[in-house]
Amino acid sequence: MKSWKKSIMGATAGAVLALSAGVAQAVEIEYWQYFYDARVKAIDILIEKFEAANPDITVKHTNFPYADYRTKVAASIPAGQGPDVVQLFYGWLNDYVDAKLITPLPTDMFPPAMIEKEFFPMVQAMKKDGAYMALPTAVRSLALFYNTDLFAEAGIENPPTNLDELIEIAKKLTKRDAAGNITQVGITTGMTAQDHHWWREVLTRQFGGDPYKDGYQTVNYNDDAGAAALKWYSELETLHGVTLAGFMDQGQAAFKAGRAGMHIDGSFRIGSLKSTRGLKWAVAELPAGPTGLKSNYSSYWVNGITSKATGEKREAALKFLEFVTSDEAMQIWLDTVGELPAKPSAGLTDANKSDPVFGPFINGLGYAKTTIFANESGQRQVIVDAMQRILLEGQSPADAIAVAAEAEQKILNKYYK
Amino acid sequence: MNLYRRLSIKQKQVVWAWAFLALPVLFYVVIRFYPTFGSVLLSFQEWNLLGSRTWIGLDNYTLLFNDPVFWKVFNNTFIYLLLGTPVSLLISFIIAYNLDKVNFLHATIRALYFIPFMTSAVAMAWLWRWFYQPVPVGLFNNFLSSAGIPQLPFLKSTFSALPSVLAPAIWAGLGFQIIIFMAGLRAIPQSYYEAAQIDGVGPWTVLKEITIPLLKPTIVFLVVFSSIGFLRIFDHVFNMTTNDPGGPLNSTKPMVLMIYDTAFNAFDMGYAAAQTVVLFTILLLVSLLQLWIMRERT
Repeated sequence: MKSWKKSIMGATAGAVLALSAGVAQAVEIEYWQYFYDARVKAIDILIEKFEAANPDITVKHTNFPYADYRTKVAASIPAGQGPDVVQLFYGWLNDYVDAKLITPLPTDMFPPAMIEKEFFPMVQAMKKDGAYMALPTAVRSLALFYNTDLFAEAGIENPPTNLDELIEIAKKLTKRDAAGNITQVGITTGMTAQDHHWWREVLTRQFGGDPYKDGYQTVNYNDDAGAAALKWYSELETLHGVTLAGFMDQGQAAFKAGRAGMHIDGSFRIGSLKSTRGLKWAVAELPAGPTGLKSNYSSYWVNGITSKATGEKREAALKFLEFVTSDEAMQIWLDTVGELPAKPSAGLTDANKSDPVFGPFINGLGYAKTTIFANESGQRQVIVDAMQRILLEGQSPADAIAVAAEAEQKILNKYYK
Repeated sequence: MNLYRRLSIKQKQVVWAWAFLALPVLFYVVIRFYPTFGSVLLSFQEWNLLGSRTWIGLDNYTLLFNDPVFWKVFNNTFIYLLLGTPVSLLISFIIAYNLDKVNFLHATIRALYFIPFMTSAVAMAWLWRWFYQPVPVGLFNNFLSSAGIPQLPFLKSTFSALPSVLAPAIWAGLGFQIIIFMAGLRAIPQSYYEAAQIDGVGPWTVLKEITIPLLKPTIVFLVVFSSIGFLRIFDHVFNMTTNDPGGPLNSTKPMVLMIYDTAFNAFDMGYAAAQTVVLFTILLLVSLLQLWIMRERT
């Protein structure tokens, strides 16, 4: 009896030894992102491909709802737990770099000169002290979605190419009931969605301004251009009557319900619009300004290596980062998630450029700007409030802009002081 | 053991009481008091959750008291309290008082009043948010405009937004208050009412001289309880105004939402902690004041 027990114990000990030896050979790294069905699928495909090419590395993929994401990441990385490779919104990166929680990418593996040549120019915001801190797989830009059924019904053939055409087309698309209440808007508006980006990086530039100075540390839209841009935007509602701020609660909801002719939104909206049954829509580049100037706003999520990854884990993490920022990974990301490749070599292929849906977004990337936010929701609120003062309190756009500029400068000063 | 044996019965009881109290005391110290003191400490520091904490003295408090948004939010919080508590108590008392006299379908009606209390505040807030929308989505405005009455702005005006947010919050709390009021009403001995009947006293006097004075403990409890609830209002406001949290133009923003925004959007933890300390102080003062005003005069 005793020998039987002994042999079992021996076998167990042997198995434990063999297992631990296996663990010692394979490096496991952890990858974190937020939960979004298509993104999870895309990363799973990428991990499968990466592990096939690197059998000695396993990647553990962790994701959880976006609502908790920022706080959880911020709480776990300083504690030395959590991811080796993490996906962060570009606007959050500074805080992590300052706290030395994200380590710079080695310049021999990721030479800055090559990144500058290969990636779209807005990625340069990720450079600090001569090295890149993190790199994106995909980028997003804005474009004009339009409802083709409503266009056909109103007898409009082409989407607007400039701001004047936009107003004329929007007028034809607006419907009111007998009491004069708007039941269908020509174009959705609401600074709470993507419109504050449209105003900040697109409209102010088109009216001759430059929204910020000193690397986005000083507000510069407090001038005639900024006021003219806000005046033009607010007059869509107050003068032309082609829209209603917050119509049907959210612009994208109105557009999905077929109650809006046009809607400006990001490329991340493509997926949910594709799955809306019965809605026929198309995409156009953002209309050009009075002088023909085109602009766009681009944002992105980046992959960075945390300070938790050291030694062979860091080597493995760098390899994985190199893979998820390759042309191949970008095309997989575009096909699965619908987000645009961060490199012209992957994005500006003839097939992608002529794609009726992705094309306008990809073309927009060529001239897109990326706002460097200190506190995006705070800076958005400033513009939201400026618009509310115009609509609810009858403030002039010039005064509204002056108050907004002062409030936003306060936020920037508090952050950069 | 010898030491224990030498104790008197009274002392032994104390020892046992503390032995049983040890667990909740430990729980409170670790889960409640330690974080509370931590946040008081944090309110004198600057911290973005990532880097190191730096001591900045009273800077967070001076910033707070010079912030016009804080005073607006401070005001809003008290409007929620001063509008919410009396209105909800009055409505729930009237319903409870009359429901107490109803025998037909009593349990069903009581359940109907209680259901909103059990419903998730998030679901309820979103439903009401859609009710308040302008034509063609909003129930209320569709009704108004089909009757030929101009639309009301509800959540879209700085004047009507706060009452619009408050209405479902009051409605949600009614069920609980009605149940407590009914329990209080049932606890009043019938003999007082019989005596009043024999003396031929009118119903108004019965209400004023018997029902309300004897309901005082119930009223004190509900006033304190619902005041704390309205001072801490968050979920209704947040869910009904997610596009522009606390808007338009901060007209619906309560203190808790400002704290949330400072902590989890601006990641300014020290400043958020300072706001929390101020809210805590207000809650404490309001509760003590109410207990003092409504104390038993013996």
